[in-house]
Amino acid sequence: MQLSGMTFAAAILAAGFAGAEEVHVYNWSDYIDESLLTKFQEETGIKLVYDVFDSNEILETKLLAGGSGYDVVVPSGTFLQRQITAGAFQKLDKSKLPNLSNMWDLVMERTEKYDPGNQYGVNYMWGTTGIGVNIDKVKEVLGDDAPVDSLALIFDPKNMEKLQSCGVYVLDAPTELIPAALKYLGEDPDAQDYDTIAKTEPVLTAMAPFVQKFNSSEYINALANGDICAAFGWSGDVLIARDRAAEANNGVNIEYHIPKEGALMWFDMMAIPVDAPNPDGALKFINFMMDPHNIAAASNYVYYANGNKASQQFLNEDVIGDTAIYPDEATMNNLYTTSPWDPKVNRLVTRLWTKIKSGT
Amino acid sequence: MTGLRRLVLILTPYSWLIFFFLIPFLIVVKISLSNTALSIPPYTPQLDLAQGWAGVKDFFGNLDFENFSFLASDPLYYTAYLSSLKIALISTFLTLLIGYPIAYGMAQAPDEWRPTLMMLVILPFWTSFLIRIYAWMGILSNEGFLNQFLLWTGIIDTPLTILNTPTAVYIGIVYGYLPFMILPIYSALEKLDGSLIEAAEDLGCSKASAFWLVTLPLSRPGMIAGCFLVFIPALGEFVIPSLLGGTSTLMIGKTLYEEFFSNRDWPVASAVAVVLLLILIIPIILFQKNEERQREANG
Repeated sequence: MQLSGMTFAAAILAAGFAGAEEVHVYNWSDYIDESLLTKFQEETGIKLVYDVFDSNEILETKLLAGGSGYDVVVPSGTFLQRQITAGAFQKLDKSKLPNLSNMWDLVMERTEKYDPGNQYGVNYMWGTTGIGVNIDKVKEVLGDDAPVDSLALIFDPKNMEKLQSCGVYVLDAPTELIPAALKYLGEDPDAQDYDTIAKTEPVLTAMAPFVQKFNSSEYINALANGDICAAFGWSGDVLIARDRAAEANNGVNIEYHIPKEGALMWFDMMAIPVDAPNPDGALKFINFMMDPHNIAAASNYVYYANGNKASQQFLNEDVIGDTAIYPDEATMNNLYTTSPWDPKVNRLVTRLWTKIKSGT
Repeated sequence: MTGLRRLVLILTPYSWLIFFFLIPFLIVVKISLSNTALSIPPYTPQLDLAQGWAGVKDFFGNLDFENFSFLASDPLYYTAYLSSLKIALISTFLTLLIGYPIAYGMAQAPDEWRPTLMMLVILPFWTSFLIRIYAWMGILSNEGFLNQFLLWTGIIDTPLTILNTPTAVYIGIVYGYLPFMILPIYSALEKLDGSLIEAAEDLGCSKASAFWLVTLPLSRPGMIAGCFLVFIPALGEFVIPSLLGGTSTLMIGKTLYEEFFSNRDWPVASAVAVVLLLILIIPIILFQKNEERQREANG
């Protein structure tokens, strides 16, 4: 109740400023250096309203309901692709995006898979899905030759049974776990037919009982506090946990490993909803974020790689020099991407996921 | 003049119900008969009035009950409804068991204490519901206050796993909805005419049987109102099971959320919601009918 009262007050305040130009941005939580928000307002004179979300599903529901009121949103690649099909975005007017020349062809080529010709989206950040470990605890349980750089750590029940004692969290996202399980089985991680996907059921059912929690955000704190010893999660999140533990100086050493079998490479893309109230302001914001200085500041802050080649000279050494963030070429070639399942397969997969987690 | 007044008096509650219950419900029913589609909004058919009568015919021709037969075909939904009913019934009963003595105590308390006691019941509402449930996560977790306290007293040797189990869900629901049980019972007991109990005692009733024969039946409307206020939201509860319950706690609110967000299937999500509403409304209507019949029979 109190919250809606505050929203109402905010709406009245916003109405008071109706004369000024506004741009509404909807991005992932903990995903920007907030001084950039002030910098944008100072440089352009446009009032920036910045909101955050924590799951692609929430964003998609708002977009498909229509009238979200946002000018810039940041879905991941597979979601962008489906939302383009749904007619949720408008094409970018590239004549108003001079900073496009700073982008990294290597990333642009990969995002064409979701958005041929990169007509609707510009990469914001990208990363991998892999293994976060509290290295001392894992070695204590599994010995010094613990397979921390292998999917076997998570998918081999023999390892999981032992790790259970110190705690394992896993992303609550079948779109992440099923491709990984397929890769572990030596199948195509981007398999689209349900028969192939169903092969992962025995693997996932065998590991699920040893997972303390399926959740897509709580593992940052749990890893950093030493509550759990392993997590299957997103690169930057694990690195944030590593940093928090180092700052707390609590003796917890966190490492992020890209599985040697291969890892999912994902891209978060800036795009403009078809019904955006201020598409011009949106283009100004996207162009601002493609400025090498600005996006470098964001990457230095959140420990995620970006798709901006020109920004690399401004990155801190612990970002550009870390192969967990900017993998070397051999690892890079070992990363794979996925495409969205069609609605029927998606429904079967969600059902399978419920069954794996709850046994029903 | 009186005719107009009567009309306004009758129309006000009805138009409230029509605008804020019936019309939204019909929209949900309509979506539940549609098919999912990748578009804005994510379902078809849309009513296209520009095509005139043909558009209307087309629209109704494309509605079907496929989603409802889908719900019947997968045991997941059946299990989730049953498990929600069970959790809601048990927690309503527990809330009544705890809430009644509290309300009774409040009603028996001296007049000058009552506002303070009332305040104490309402006070938790000043904090966000979400924060209070998060606080329970801190209390019930393996490293939480409860386990540390029990370990300290020596009652247990190893921490009890309460968080992420159905027990935690019961604790959360009973805690969260207790005021909704206490307040209506208290208001029923407060209005109770004390001379009735004196009369019962004068006529030879013991204190216990006076309570059983006079107080309890007269507070029945309060108990019923309290039970409905707890049972109805508990049945569709989403926040408590998703924060305190484990992955194996199946509740219809969570299933509804997954249909809406993970499957992005608004039609099936709407069908789940329609069935949930029917499960709630039919027993309530039957109950009301029965009440009326009894009232008439009692003259």
